[in-house]
This record gives sequence, structure tokens and C-alpha cells, in this order.
Amino acid sequence: MLKRSRGRWSWLEASLPVAIVVAIGLLAIAIEPLAAQGYTPREYGDFPIIGSRAAIWIAAQLHLFFAAFVLGVPMFAVVAEAIGIFSSDDRYDKLAKEFTRLLLVSYSATAIWGAILVFGLITLYPGLWGYLSEIFAPSMWVYVGIFFFESFTLYLYYYGWDRWKKGRAKWGHWGLGILLNLWGTAVMLIANSWLTYMMSPPAEVTPDTAPGMVQFWSAFANATWMPINIHRLIANVVFGGAIVGAYAAFRFLSAKTDEERAHYDWMGYIGNFIAMSALIVLPFAGYWLGREIYEFNQQMGTTMMGGFMSWLWVVQAFLIAVLFLAGNYYLWIGMGRIPGAERFMPYTKWMLLVLLIGAAVWATPRNMIANRAEITAMGGQFHPFLGVLGVMSAKNTAVNFMILTTFLSFLLYRRANKKAVVSWEKRGTTIQGALFVTAAAVVLFYGVYGYFVPSIVRIGFSVYQVLAVITAIILVVVIDMLMMRGAKSRGEIRWGEMPERSQYALFILAVTFTWLMGLMGFARSGIRQHWHVFEVLRDTSVDAATPALGYASIVISVCVLIFLSLVAFIFWVGGLAEKPVISGVGGGATSSAPVAGDGET
Amino acid sequence: MGALKSVFRLLGAPFRPISSVMGRFLNTPFRQATAVLLFSYVLIEVGIPFIPPVFGMPSAPIPNTVVLEYLIIAIVGILLWVSDNEQRWSEFKQPIHDILVQPDRRVARGALFVIVPALVAAQTYFSAQPDISAPPSFRAIHPAPPSSITFQGEQMVLDGLENPLRSAGSLEEHYETGKQVYYQNCLACHGDGLQGRGHYAPAFNPAPLSFQDAGTIAMLTESFVFWRIAKGGPGLPNEGAPWNSAMPAWENFLTADEIWSVIIFLYEQTGHDPRTWEVEGEEH
Repeated sequence: MLKRSRGRWSWLEASLPVAIVVAIGLLAIAIEPLAAQGYTPREYGDFPIIGSRAAIWIAAQLHLFFAAFVLGVPMFAVVAEAIGIFSSDDRYDKLAKEFTRLLLVSYSATAIWGAILVFGLITLYPGLWGYLSEIFAPSMWVYVGIFFFESFTLYLYYYGWDRWKKGRAKWGHWGLGILLNLWGTAVMLIANSWLTYMMSPPAEVTPDTAPGMVQFWSAFANATWMPINIHRLIANVVFGGAIVGAYAAFRFLSAKTDEERAHYDWMGYIGNFIAMSALIVLPFAGYWLGREIYEFNQQMGTTMMGGFMSWLWVVQAFLIAVLFLAGNYYLWIGMGRIPGAERFMPYTKWMLLVLLIGAAVWATPRNMIANRAEITAMGGQFHPFLGVLGVMSAKNTAVNFMILTTFLSFLLYRRANKKAVVSWEKRGTTIQGALFVTAAAVVLFYGVYGYFVPSIVRIGFSVYQVLAVITAIILVVVIDMLMMRGAKSRGEIRWGEMPERSQYALFILAVTFTWLMGLMGFARSGIRQHWHVFEVLRDTSVDAATPALGYASIVISVCVLIFLSLVAFIFWVGGLAEKPVISGVGGGATSSAPVAGDGET
Repeated sequence: MGALKSVFRLLGAPFRPISSVMGRFLNTPFRQATAVLLFSYVLIEVGIPFIPPVFGMPSAPIPNTVVLEYLIIAIVGILLWVSDNEQRWSEFKQPIHDILVQPDRRVARGALFVIVPALVAAQTYFSAQPDISAPPSFRAIHPAPPSSITFQGEQMVLDGLENPLRSAGSLEEHYETGKQVYYQNCLACHGDGLQGRGHYAPAFNPAPLSFQDAGTIAMLTESFVFWRIAKGGPGLPNEGAPWNSAMPAWENFLTADEIWSVIIFLYEQTGHDPRTWEVEGEEH
């Protein structure tokens, strides 16, 4: 028994160390990789319900909307203040202050969405964030510093408005406005370098290049950085003008007195004027950006213009047409409150016709959505007659004609209640007409000639078209300013006497601009496809596939709704805090309202 | 006009110039707007397909999606025109207001309340009716090319790539080789005239491309065309799918030189120049 027992123990005794060794061995095998790895940060986080991509997309888009507004508004606030100083017209000073008040309440929303974006990147895309911060760390510190200065400059600018109102102090105050713009532009330039690096990293950066080895300046001033800077700078002015216009429209519709109506009618006009003026040059900046993208990488360019993103351009064509039509429509209705404008009214239907033909040309897709029977009837994939309207030659020609027409609307609006007293009025008007015709002829000539030359030559033609239009606009404005010196008034503009439907044109402008920014921003960002940093850092998350256009449109529309709702709330809250002082503008149907062309145009 | 008046007098009919008849009918903004809309529709549906051929220009019926686009633009334009002037806007709304509220328009109102829903119902019925043809789909114009491809096992960088045959040997010989390759392999779909009308073409949707069109090879670099020929339908990118392309991957049947030759043939035969690479700082 004992022996048997001893034997059993001896087996246990003998097998126990082996079991321990095996157990330790197994444990070691299990632990060894962990011990070898140590701590490794995760590449991606997860966001509930909508997913990481949609979360970061919404945060980035909303930050961008607010940022565009708070960068655009100071530009024309400072210009309005300058007009007030130089013309000693107090109304412009008040207008500038009201612009800045909108800015103040929007500023914190910009910062909040910026913080949400950064926290989103850190928690959902830590790998990408680590990569970018390793390259751009110095610029991130500078960004924070400038942002700090920008905030405090804004506080000084707004709260010091009434204190530094006279004499040299006023000039100092205006200097603060300039400084605010400089800080804002610097902040934008820095942020643009990060996102453009993701699109167009320098050629020497490869997937094997450690982020620490990337040269800072070549990453910062990459191929698409400057085109984006210029495009955004102009677009911010357009956007700011449109949002201010929508704010004025909201105030106009809820106004209780004629004075209020007159003031906000004027403000709405200024907002529309700023938005449309900047919009006129925006397509040129956009074209330059597109060309730089194509030059940087053929694949990107083709994806954007001819590939699956090309359908966004058809959507964009419609939205741009809406902008031009709404902007012009607002001016034409506005002529109803200008004595003397009746003489120009018969021309509006022809200008409308040009805009509609332009819209139709721009909206004609190269590759039409057609079923089998329709393709057979067309005899191929492209329509034999309308197919020629689907390429850039036709589109560039159409948009240049639309720009010329919009400029003509402004010119007629500006001259509506004026009667020139200079002896050369007739000759001047003839020269202006000749300039319009020449610009139109140049645009049309290069538009048609573009079909008969190689692509590389055709691309250059758009420059000639742009130069013809810009030159005509500048010369016509100069002639007009000289011609209208000391002009007699045909009567005061009846500010406030606008039908309510005109104000919805201003709303349409704001909504369309916001939507357009989101959609085309997606086109710009989406052409990276499955790359965080194009052809350098691959997106290995579950969301690596480029989203379908339908899904993208829904996300962008949600962003637009959130933004407009927040803006409406912020403006309402801003209105509660302080009512604008309304005096001098309007003050009744035909009082001392600003005269179109007296500085504000 | 005088001669026309005499003819009417001979026939014993009262002479009314068209302008006065039109003026009498189209004397309100509502009627003018309706006439402009009808005219736009006729112009889009009938004018565009049939007027250009009168002047020797090819044309064809327009797909419904584009007709709809143009009509929306026309309707928006008409609404802007009738409402950009206070008086015109009131006059435009007047007949609509009258037919909705005036007691003496009861019959017309009743008819309208039957006809409009019936038209909407008919439109809904016909558009929802099952059809044997495949529904129309969005298609991208040009697929995005990759920066580099593997051609017959070898890496080939497409960015900046030129046709090597243009700087080697005789262009005429390459053209002849390309011609032979084309007629042996491409003719059946892309056709004798390079217009995408080969005898197999009617069976394909999407139809084979017309190289004569200014929007196809004339817009592309030769390296792009090489990629499309070499990789065909199977090599199209995921983005923009489904492509439904029947184009074979010709790298399985042709050598690189044969593909470059047929590219020379395509450009020479159509008279198009290939898109060239833009060199930084180069002036055009």
C-alpha cells in the first residue's frame, strides 16, 4: 500500500516539475509577444452608430463652415469701416460693427468645432494624427499662438469700437481690424498646409519615409497649398457675404418698423454685392486649383474631372446656376425700388436668357444618363450634337458669359438712379458696350477654337478668356466711375420697399453656397481615395473605400442643416444680447438712404 | 405682307397678321409663360434632334434625363421672369387666383382638379411600369488611371510616360503595324471608321467608344490609352463601378509594341493629337 502510495507520489513528484516547466513554458509563449511588443498605440478608434469617418467628416465640415465665415466677415468689416472713415458716413461704421457682432458670436462656435475635430482625430485616427503632428508640430504651436492673438484682437476690435471712435484712436481701431485679418489669414494658411499635404505630398516622400525625415517647408508649401489658399480666401468672402445677406433677410422679414426694414434691406444688398463680386473671380481660382491638381497627379485630376467625381460637377453646375440666377434676380427685383431703373427693365429678360443658356450648357453632361434604347438612338455613348457641350471649352465659355451678364446687372443697378453730367457720356457708354462685346467675342472665339487644338493648348485658352473678362470688367468700372462723377440723382432709392420674395433669394444664396462648399470639398478630399496621405500613408480602416455620391450627399446635407440651424440660433442669441443702433439708413420709405454707387458699389 | 393681304381678300377671309393673333392670345404673363414653356419643350424634344441635320450637323433625340434637366432650367427661368417685376407677378398670379376662387370658374376648377391628378397618376403609372430595358445608370467619363501598372509581369510607371515608338524607328511602319493590329482585333467593336460602330457594337451597353469624338482619345495621354488597351474592362478601378465594359485585357494577346503601334494608328487616323504632359514652367 505504502509502496503503492510512494509510487503514486513519486510519479506526482516526478511529473510536477515537468508540469510546472511546461506551464511556465506555455505561459512564456503566451506572454512573450506581449512582452516583446510593449505598448503599441492603436491606429483607429471607433465612433458609435455613424462610424469614425462620418464623425470626423461632420466635425471637419462644420469647423470649416464656421471658420470660413469668421475669416470672410472681417475682410469686408474692415473695408466697410474704412469707407465709413474716408467718407465720414456713420452708416458704414455701424454696418461694420454689426458685421463684427455676428463675428463675435460665431467665433466660439468655430473654436468648439475645431476642438471637436482635434479630439476626434486624436481618438479616432491616432495613427494619422501622430504622423501629421510629427511633421507639422512646429506649425501647430505657431497656429495656437496666432489663434490666441487673433481672439484677443477680435475682443479689442469689437469692444473697443465705441471707445476708439474719433480721431487718431479710430485709425488705431481700424489697424486692429487689419491685424485681425492678418492673424485670420495666417491661421488659414497654416491649416491649409496640413490638409494639402494629405493631397499632394512632396515627390520625395514615399511610404517608407519616416515622418521625422520629411522636410518641413517642402511639406508645408506643397503643390496645392497656394491654389487652395487663394481659392479659400476668395470663397470665404463669398460665403461671409452670403451668410450676412441671409442674416439681413431674416431681420428684414421679422422687422417691425420701416426703419428696420430699410436698414436690413440695405445690409442685404451689401451682403449680396460682396458675395456676388467675389463669386465672379472664384471660378478662375477654382480652375487654377483644378489645373494644379491635374498637374500634380494625373490619376487625381482624372478622378475629379472625368472619373466618378465628375457627377458632382453636374450637381455643381446646377448650384452655380442657382447662385447666378438668385443673385441677378435679387438685383432685378431691387431695381423696382430705384427711380429711373425702368429704362433698364426691358433688358433683364435677355440677360436672363443668357444665364439660362449658360446654365443649360454647364448642366449638359458629357456622358448622359441614358437607357439602352436612348443610347441606340444617339448612335453611341455621346450625343452627336449636344456632346460638344460636355467638355471644358463649352463650360468655360458658358461661365464667362454668365460672369459678364452678372457684371452687366450690377452696372445697370448702379447706374439706375443716376444721370451723368459729363459731356462724353454717350461716347463712354459706347466704349463700355464695345468692351463688353470684345470680351464676349474673345470668350466665344477661344471657346470654339478650343475644339480644334490639342488639349494642352486648349487648357491655356481659358487664361485668355479670363483675362478678356477681367480686363473688360476693370476698364468698364473705371470708365463708369469717371463718367458718374457728380452725376445727378434721378431719385433716392426707396430702401425697405422690397417684396418679401426677394429676401428668399438671399436665403437661397446662403444655403446654396453652404451646400456647394460641402459638396466640392468632398470632391477635393475624396480624390485621395483610399489614402490618408496620397500614395504615402494608406487608409487601412474599415472606411477606406471612397463613399458613394449618394451617401456623401446625405452627410453633407446633414452638415449644412446643422450649420444653418446653429447659425440661426447664434444670430438669434446675438440679437437678444444687443440690438443694432439703426439711424440714418432708410428712416422711412424715401429718406436719406445710401445711393447705389456712392461708395458701396 | 401686301401680297398676303390680297390672297386673303381673294379667298374672302379676314386678314389678321400672325403677330396680332399672337398678341391677342398672348396678352397676359400667364399665357406668355405657358407659351414659352411649350415652345421650350418642343425645341428640346423636336428642335434639337431635327434642326441641326437641316444645316448638315448630326443630331439625335435627347435622353429623358437631359430633357428633364433642360425643362427644369426653363421652368425656373420662366418663374424668375414673371416674378422679377411686381406688376407682372400680380398679373401672372391673377388667372391662377381666379380659377381657384371665382364662383363663375367652377366648371374649369372642377375640370382642373380632375385633369391634374389624372396626369400625375398617368405619369406615375407609366414611369413605374416594368420595362425590359436595363435602367439608365450614372457613368463616369474617364476612369482614373493608376500611377503605375504591371504589364506582362513588369512594372510600368504611367505618370509622364511617352509612347516609346514615337522616338524609335519609322512612324509610317508603326502606323502600318497599328493598322494591322486594329483591323485584326478592334474592328469588330470600334468599326471601320473608328466611330464605335463595328458590327458587334449594337449588342453592347455601354457602346464601344468613338475615337473620332473630340472627347475621347483627344483628351487623353497615350499612356492612359495604353493602360485602357492593356487592362481592358477587367482592369478598371473599383471607384465608379459597375463599368460593364466588354473590352478585353489586350495584354494577354498583344505585345507592348503592338499596343503602342495601334495607339499611333488611332491618333493618326482620327487626326487627333494625344494630350501631352505638362512640364512645370512650360509656356503654351
